[in-house]
Amino acid sequence: MTTPRYASVAVGDELPVLDLPPIDRTRLGLFAGASGDHNPIHIDIDFARKAGMPDVFAHGMLGMAWLGRLLTNWAPQSQLRRFDARFQGITHLGNAIRCSGRVAEKLEHNRETCVRIEIKSVNQYGQTKIVGEALVALG
Amino acid sequence: MIDTKWIGHELPASVLPIERSRLQFFAKAIGETDPVYTDADAARRAGYRDIPAPPTFLFAAELDSGVLDRLLADLGIPLAKLLHGEQGFTYHRPACVGDTITVRSKITDIYAKKNGALEFVIKTSRATNQDDELVAEIRSVIVCRNG
Repeated sequence: MTTPRYASVAVGDELPVLDLPPIDRTRLGLFAGASGDHNPIHIDIDFARKAGMPDVFAHGMLGMAWLGRLLTNWAPQSQLRRFDARFQGITHLGNAIRCSGRVAEKLEHNRETCVRIEIKSVNQYGQTKIVGEALVALG
Repeated sequence: MIDTKWIGHELPASVLPIERSRLQFFAKAIGETDPVYTDADAARRAGYRDIPAPPTFLFAAELDSGVLDRLLADLGIPLAKLLHGEQGFTYHRPACVGDTITVRSKITDIYAKKNGALEFVIKTSRATNQDDELVAEIRSVIVCRNG
């Protein structure tokens, strides 16, 4: 991985996209265990139906973790200063998520040169699931 | 309605030891293939003391400790009505295998929208390491959907 440099990055640059396989129940079971989020609404269809949902659905934090991968694929995590996400829609089984990011601003923050990146995750039907922002320090 | 008396409430501290096998499990669960997140030598070559906790991992602290479950019970939010509205992290230094992270949170706001159909709880946290250094500041928006 070549770390991007502040001088060579321009507003409007796109980060390499991260495409994920369609979400299945195994993925949600693994994420429940690994993340510590054992809410049965994500892993137990009986519970989900009683809660009025058609089926289990993905943890919001799984989608945010994927956006984290988008960012750390682009620049080392040690340069990540801020990472914010807004969850905009439920991510259902079978959704294939694409994570993308775009350099929105070049700025100085706490005496470091940084870029502000607008990030989002969208499923294969074009429905936005998460929007957010990250601040990454670049030398 | 969620009682606004909880604004200002401080949650018990949650202590999360950063463990190698847990980070490897987390990497598998999110499909992470960068060896920095599974292999200590790769992490050291990248300048970390050991495998770093990925950007969102510290969210586990209050799940593992049961502090979040207790909070939801106190606020009267059933799991079936719980949604995650927003999540934010501001990072100050890495948390790596061998570190012990303590997360201390406070409820900073509670409000309703759409005539109470949605209620919002804002929780802000500080994550510190075993040397009492600030690792991250964390902000969570918890949503309860009514009806």
